[in-house]
Amino acid sequence: MDFDGLVRDFPDLTTTGLEQGAIYALVALGYTLVYGVLRLINFAHSEVFMIGTVAALGTWQAMGYNQDSSVSGIGLILLLVLAGLAAAVVASTLTAVAVERVAYRPLRRRNAPPLAFLITAIGASFVLFEAVGLFSDNIGIGGERGPFGMVRPFQPATLFSIGGWDITNTQVLVVFSALGMLVALDLFVNRSRLGRGIRAVAQDPDTAALMGVNKDRVILLVFVIGGIMAGAAALLWNVTYAFSRFDVGFLIGLKAFSAAVLGGIGNLRGALLGGLLLGVVENYASGLFGGEWKDFTGFVVLIVLLMFRPTGLLGESLGRARA
Amino acid sequence: MNAHVEKVRSRGRSMRARWDSMPRQVRWIALLALVVFLYLLPNRWFYINLWYFRTMESDMATVLFETSFFVLLAVGLNVVVGFAGLLDLGYFGFFAVGAYTVALLTSPESRFDVGWPWLAAVPAAVAVTMISGVILGGPTLRLRGDYLAIVTLGFAEMIRLYAARNEGIANGQRGIPEIPHPVPSVKGSDGQALFGVVDARPYYWLTLTIIIFVILGVRNLTRSRVGRAWVAIREDEDAAQIMGVPTFKYKLWAFAIGAAVGGLSGALFAGKQSFINSDSFQLTNSILVLAAVILGGAGNIYGAVIGAFITWYLPEWVRGIGGVIGLEINVAEYRILIFGAVLIVMMIFRPQGILPSRRRAAEFADRRQEAAPTEASA
Amino acid sequence: MSEAAPDTTAPETTPPQREALLEVDHVTLRFGGVVALNDVDFTLYKGEILGLIGPNGAGKTTCFNAMTGVYAPTQGEIRFKGERVSGRARHKITRMGIARTFQNIRLFPEMSALENVMVGADAHHKASVISALFRLPRFWREERSGRDRAHDLLRFVGIERPGELARNLSYGEQRRLEIARALATSPTLLCLDEPAAGFNPAEKDSLLKLIRKIRDTGVTVLLIEHDMRLVMGVTDRIVVLEFGKKIAEGLPAEVRDNPAVIAAYLGVPTDAA
Repeated sequence: MDFDGLVRDFPDLTTTGLEQGAIYALVALGYTLVYGVLRLINFAHSEVFMIGTVAALGTWQAMGYNQDSSVSGIGLILLLVLAGLAAAVVASTLTAVAVERVAYRPLRRRNAPPLAFLITAIGASFVLFEAVGLFSDNIGIGGERGPFGMVRPFQPATLFSIGGWDITNTQVLVVFSALGMLVALDLFVNRSRLGRGIRAVAQDPDTAALMGVNKDRVILLVFVIGGIMAGAAALLWNVTYAFSRFDVGFLIGLKAFSAAVLGGIGNLRGALLGGLLLGVVENYASGLFGGEWKDFTGFVVLIVLLMFRPTGLLGESLGRARA
Repeated sequence: MNAHVEKVRSRGRSMRARWDSMPRQVRWIALLALVVFLYLLPNRWFYINLWYFRTMESDMATVLFETSFFVLLAVGLNVVVGFAGLLDLGYFGFFAVGAYTVALLTSPESRFDVGWPWLAAVPAAVAVTMISGVILGGPTLRLRGDYLAIVTLGFAEMIRLYAARNEGIANGQRGIPEIPHPVPSVKGSDGQALFGVVDARPYYWLTLTIIIFVILGVRNLTRSRVGRAWVAIREDEDAAQIMGVPTFKYKLWAFAIGAAVGGLSGALFAGKQSFINSDSFQLTNSILVLAAVILGGAGNIYGAVIGAFITWYLPEWVRGIGGVIGLEINVAEYRILIFGAVLIVMMIFRPQGILPSRRRAAEFADRRQEAAPTEASA
Repeated sequence: MSEAAPDTTAPETTPPQREALLEVDHVTLRFGGVVALNDVDFTLYKGEILGLIGPNGAGKTTCFNAMTGVYAPTQGEIRFKGERVSGRARHKITRMGIARTFQNIRLFPEMSALENVMVGADAHHKASVISALFRLPRFWREERSGRDRAHDLLRFVGIERPGELARNLSYGEQRRLEIARALATSPTLLCLDEPAAGFNPAEKDSLLKLIRKIRDTGVTVLLIEHDMRLVMGVTDRIVVLEFGKKIAEGLPAEVRDNPAVIAAYLGVPTDAA
């Protein structure tokens, strides 16, 4: 245990943790929304994120920028970021919708047991990730399942420092984008008519259907929102780490799910809290025990939570009180 | 098309009925003949006469060993997924625990360097995996089923990451070499140790023998109050508990038994390969085993066997046949893609699998009937 | 529907000196702000058939669930043979001797009728996983006795096809199979939750006979039922709930003439019958 290291790097670990946590939070939203409405862990959501990172990367490659390119000029930076964002969001959303159409909807129609949903979700997840793994060199985004490097629209740099805390430009971008999107989503769910539909189906699907809420449309909407959030997270990931791979979604997915459970699965604000908290905690853990332990933290947190407080910090909301 | 499905289904039923109605002696003789056939299969003088059944491009005995090994995994996972209805996605985590336990106890390169013989390390490996199953199942089996799925998935990945990164015990990517083969004192006809490097047949025979014993054990359990409790839990967990079934206890047993079979497979694997590192435990393998169980028919022991045969033997066989007709069809490379898709397709179109359990076939059909009127009215 | 809960409590009939089996001791049960049971208090005596009735939403099923340990009372206590019920695991409550059936049938549809009953009989079996694995003598002994008992019970409730899957049985048979499965746990108290729902008059008559037959074997019966005719025909005593409160208790004839009960049922359509 390295307490000195923890104390010395405390500011750095905190800001990095918040940055990573914001990405977890955006991905966690997808789990939380789908769970709230369908009471189902969407195992394929990690791949929704992964497809987003690959799509943004592919777009940049197609525009002629790779890991050796250097980018200058605010206009070009903006162009790359927006093009990447558009590609990631579109690809992630389409993937999420495709998963719902192919893997879940047919089962809902025939009233299948919960186990069947879990199995198709797992199947969908592996089809997606294996397809990218197998064909990545054919579509020109890297080869042999290896890590795909990519262009950095801008280099990470310290933007300002306050009392020894250095804040980088990517950190500002990631944390504030995530916060903004979460606030917007929260408003959408709580204020808008469509959001009311989501909450109604989450609370009581049968009554909501009787009241004229189109359940299928709400479910589709939930997958679309989850896809948009995952796509945004994918772009932020690319900008921060300039790295992707066919299995990049796996650990992020596991951590995002842990974050969702930590905050209280089905609870939107819980996803934000859980994500940020998990990001910070796992960075402290890496400071304390060494970097190779970082990825275990999310899992340990998940197990401990399930043992002692499976409803999470803020409790499960969005829908009914759960049995 | 539905009529066609019905016809296929009723044909399956009548085959089963015909088998059930045969005299006991006939059934025993048929089973015995099958077992003898399976033992003879890896011998070249035997399979060479089977013409297109054998694998053309790869060593038949090796493929058979891998297949049998996969069958063992599927039979174990079937207890957890098929009978008790618990989705365990971390099956290869237990496999890894079993393999590493054997490696650490036997290899001279291990940190502990106790140098046990392989045979002594196997029970230890099974015990350790069972305990790890109980530790993992304890907190999660009380919760909803999908938590179990994600926790086991995480567990398998954590074990792999640990094995890859930890230098102290698992030797990181370098892995643990020089794991002894099983029973070196037993000599083959050529005076060399029977369990060697080149000939895969002894390992196949060993695995086959273990499979027979495991199947007998699982069959005994499923035809007892234990199996009744598992199926009752799968069908209606609350009702089962109210009828006096200690549901948590039996779920934990199912989970631990599955883990033990996984650990046993890991021990076998370590003894055959005599080298392991974290690459041996890719998560995708867990999914292949799951696909085998679902494909064959969850809740049916022999369904799991057939499913495993299809997921492992068939791609190798297709490759060989491709070679014969002059095509390069490397199905094995696309195995995970194909069987991931198989999971979806099976769940949607034939959730009861190829060889459904009597119980399960009815369950899915029934749910469909229930669903039908609501769909019509919607 | 009138909002005011009648506060007239029927005159207490002094029960004959009998041994108390289940005591519902001033039980209140709240869910958030909703009071589902309000100071409900009655006793079930050994060997009787007690009817628990009331209009829809009166709290019958809630009361039933509290008795079988599904909910823990907010206040008060439920005692079975002098021991507290709540706070125990549900399978242990079954082993104490309380068995139940479900309003909406909850059999194990893919198990045969015989296997369904054997699951109930297993509640008192001791064979471990090890003895099942190696088929030790205890396993055989219990398996045989469990099977015999299951066959006896199936005959007792009148199911002729023990090997049939539960889901292939007729509706009436499924209801009776639930009773057989509950009886297999060797209960002292059998709780039946609307066992006659969906029955025609002939089926109701045979159910009536079955319930009496069960009582004659020494099992105490608690019956929740909508159908007043059935309740009046078979029960020894009746407890009436409305809006979570007990409004009457007594012999069937007394309850039938109780003005509070009549008021409670007036205008409330009996959807069964």
